[in-house]
Amino acid sequence: MTRVRWTAAAAVLLLSILGGMGCATLEDAAKRGSSLGVFDGVVSQEQATSITKVVKAVAKTFEEITPEQEHYIGRSVGAVLVNKYNPYPNGLANDYLNLLGQTLAQASNRPEIFGGYHFLILDSPEINAFAAPGGLIFVSRGMLGCCKSEGAVAAVLAHEIAHVQLRHGLQAIDKSRMTEALTTLGAEGAKNYGGQMLADLTKVFEGSINDVTATLVNNGYSRSFEREADAAAVTILTRVGYDPAGLVAMLTEMEKNLKPGGLDFAKTHPSPRSRIDDIERQYAGGKGFTEVPARQARFRKGLENI
Amino acid sequence: MSVQVKQGHVRATPSFLGKVISTLAYGDRVETLEEKDGWIRIVPPGGKAPGWMHSSALSEKRIVLKAGTKEAEVGASSGELALAGKGFNAEVEAAFKAKNKDIDFTWIDRMQDMIVPPDKIHAFVQEGKLISAEGGDR
Repeated sequence: MTRVRWTAAAAVLLLSILGGMGCATLEDAAKRGSSLGVFDGVVSQEQATSITKVVKAVAKTFEEITPEQEHYIGRSVGAVLVNKYNPYPNGLANDYLNLLGQTLAQASNRPEIFGGYHFLILDSPEINAFAAPGGLIFVSRGMLGCCKSEGAVAAVLAHEIAHVQLRHGLQAIDKSRMTEALTTLGAEGAKNYGGQMLADLTKVFEGSINDVTATLVNNGYSRSFEREADAAAVTILTRVGYDPAGLVAMLTEMEKNLKPGGLDFAKTHPSPRSRIDDIERQYAGGKGFTEVPARQARFRKGLENI
Repeated sequence: MSVQVKQGHVRATPSFLGKVISTLAYGDRVETLEEKDGWIRIVPPGGKAPGWMHSSALSEKRIVLKAGTKEAEVGASSGELALAGKGFNAEVEAAFKAKNKDIDFTWIDRMQDMIVPPDKIHAFVQEGKLISAEGGDR
């Protein structure tokens, strides 16, 4: 009980220390803040040390999210997405998507993830694709409609895998929220979460899920994140043996289908044209794209009824 | 190093198409021999044959599966150790579900059962005339 009360006190102190500070200076600030506290007799030396410790954790919040925690964040983000858009329960199509997607994921810079990569089609005419943290990836029927070859589907999936690899979803979580979580976690020796601690942690968890889904569905990532994801997608495609021109082919088709003012990629992503320009600056491949017959045959078989 | 994923793959060669020779569990500790382009040659516990694991499967931190041991407490404060199940975990997910009864996890559980075994990936690569399965380091 003392410990719990102490954690709450540390949280209050910590938040007052943090007010309006950049991450880089947090540790220094904590040292200054806590030594001042000791000087004034506000906190004991032992408590001051503990505050410094908690702030050290805050300074590396992002790295502190373990793959296991990322997995749980991603499951709930995924559940919210499936509830909003509904699954497309076609076994043949989803099997094909997983075969292709899991092959590509193995060639990424992050093939091993806590619960593995998994793919699901969403029953929506919108042009959309989402990567929840932890490797759950969703692609709408509308997006698959922009894909005229296996290479184009591979490009969509490689781009989403890249978002997971680069941990973009986790970076959408409000930093102060994670600060709060780490304060709770900073209570060493908490073997099992007591009622209040579990409630606090659940609140932070819920907020984090909202942050990530709002970014995926409404706000979109920054232009630089999208550029990074396209660049990593080109690498993944090349490693597996797909022509990165498939990404350009897919974006060209998407450009034709996107409706201005749409609530899908029209809202959350840079225009296909500007993405194509960026990709072509990085990758000087041929403009034309033709698919290998064996790939085209299984692409048709897997996705023809979508 | 420790395995930081539910199931870590040990391969015969440092390639994503390398033959899987064994799988290791979350928290298993391995000895490292050498590193090459994101792959680490390791010795698994329990006398299994050495092989290559991708660095994304491993953590520098010692992962302790059960909180409450003396070692876990010391380690947690020194930052060299990660407690499995700490923070956002199944317990938090259950509390989230209880608060959000309209959010259905059925399809998330189904997705997680959609697992493509390594031999199917090999066959897919070969059938599609993608990179050679015997190919080099990627």
